[in-house]
Amino acid sequence: MSNRPYIRPLPTSWWLKEGRYVRYMLREATCLFVGLHALVLMIGILRLSQGREAFESFLAGLWSPAGQLLSAVILLMAVVHSVTWFNLTPKAMPLWVGDTKVPGWMIVGAHYAGWLAVSVLTLYLAGGL
Amino acid sequence: MARSNKPIVWGLFAAGGTASAFMVPVIMITVGLAVPFGWLSVEDLSYDRVHAIASHPLGRLISFGFITICLWHAAHRTRTTVHDIGIHNDSATMTICYGMAGLGTILTGIFLFLL
Amino acid sequence: MAERQITLEVLRYRPESDSEPKFQTYEVPCPDDWVVLDALNYVKDHLDRSLSYRWSCHMAVCGSCGMVINDNPMLSCKAFLRDLPDHIRVEPLNNFPIERDLVVSLDDFMEKLTSVKPYLIPREPAAEVDGTYRQSPTQLKKFKPFSMCINCMACYSVCPQYGLNEGFAGPAALALAHRYNADSRDQGRSAREDVVASNTGIWECTFVGACSEVCPKNIDPAAAIQQTKIASTVDYFTAWLRPKNDKENQVKGEDA
Repeated sequence: MSNRPYIRPLPTSWWLKEGRYVRYMLREATCLFVGLHALVLMIGILRLSQGREAFESFLAGLWSPAGQLLSAVILLMAVVHSVTWFNLTPKAMPLWVGDTKVPGWMIVGAHYAGWLAVSVLTLYLAGGL
Repeated sequence: MARSNKPIVWGLFAAGGTASAFMVPVIMITVGLAVPFGWLSVEDLSYDRVHAIASHPLGRLISFGFITICLWHAAHRTRTTVHDIGIHNDSATMTICYGMAGLGTILTGIFLFLL
Repeated sequence: MAERQITLEVLRYRPESDSEPKFQTYEVPCPDDWVVLDALNYVKDHLDRSLSYRWSCHMAVCGSCGMVINDNPMLSCKAFLRDLPDHIRVEPLNNFPIERDLVVSLDDFMEKLTSVKPYLIPREPAAEVDGTYRQSPTQLKKFKPFSMCINCMACYSVCPQYGLNEGFAGPAALALAHRYNADSRDQGRSAREDVVASNTGIWECTFVGACSEVCPKNIDPAAAIQQTKIASTVDYFTAWLRPKNDKENQVKGEDA
């Protein structure tokens, strides 16, 4: 054992040093936008409970240029979350059929298919299709 | 070393992550962008229609479940990321993150009850 | 054989004379089929006998020569010059105390490995008369990838959670625990729980995934840990479903 080992502590800016860490932080940051979207829904429900005028004024704000920008940013970060989440699923939940491991791309593909199905269904129920 | 209680918050994080991964994009499109972009009409999100759906018992239940699980997902991930960027006061971080999720849970319940 | 002039910039540290590590540069003529380890050996043989580093097999099976080459932790015997630029920076593995030059202290790593009880903990003695266990190829497949670890510590070098908290058990130790938990001959999961399911076990991991990216044996410790998180969570919530005397029946591993 050394008489004087030298310790190099991890700098606070460690996550800025490499692309893989920056991408990790971006992925983690998506949670703020998931939370923000929940807040938007909460406010929507509150305004809904306060009557027609209140709800319509909430929608007017949400559909204003600033509101659209907010929705677009939340949408973008939510998509980053969805993609990173689905891509990692085979690692967390490997699937075995008999003595074969289901290939990762199948598990990921099934999730993307489900995502598409659920999205189409929601838009249909909302009246858009 | 004791067995951790993290499974509780991690379980909520994982459930919220899955729910939000599937639903948040289409919700943001439906609620925030579809009408301005003309994919839905104003009537589709009219007060009467939205109120009828949201105040239905199933509507209340699903809204409550979905909104709160998203809050707990965000809370746990925020807590771990705050640690990553160098803030190591875990009890303070925990209290703020989970406290806010808890507050959000209560408020969501109240708002839905008021519908 | 073509030759390249490689500029090797190596982080030196001599505890008896240096207050901190400093880079030292060597010009090394290298045949183009060399690996970084060959260049280091050239330096030690011809240019600077004081350079210290670990190596052994020179064929990526012993795990001794782990170091950071141009910011990537890898085995220096597997770092082909043909994949690297002419200027190569060589540093010791990150997140470990430097003993001397490229030699880091292994103490914490060794402690982490032994703490997960990396041996079979069967509930009953072997079923066969000759003391062997029966295991199908499918059962072997379930854990075999996680048994290939050569303890090179590249995963620890790149794990930010280990860098932020040295108490974290770390990727290799947790992958090793998973190797045993997933082995059909083993029933020692609860014996390992104290370490694996603690706040410095799997729960310190945030699935950065860098460990799996740098592993020279493609072990995927990140996957091992996430699978353990799910198993542990299910375990946690179904604990009240298990019969009360199950804890007594579960085998506790003997400390090594």
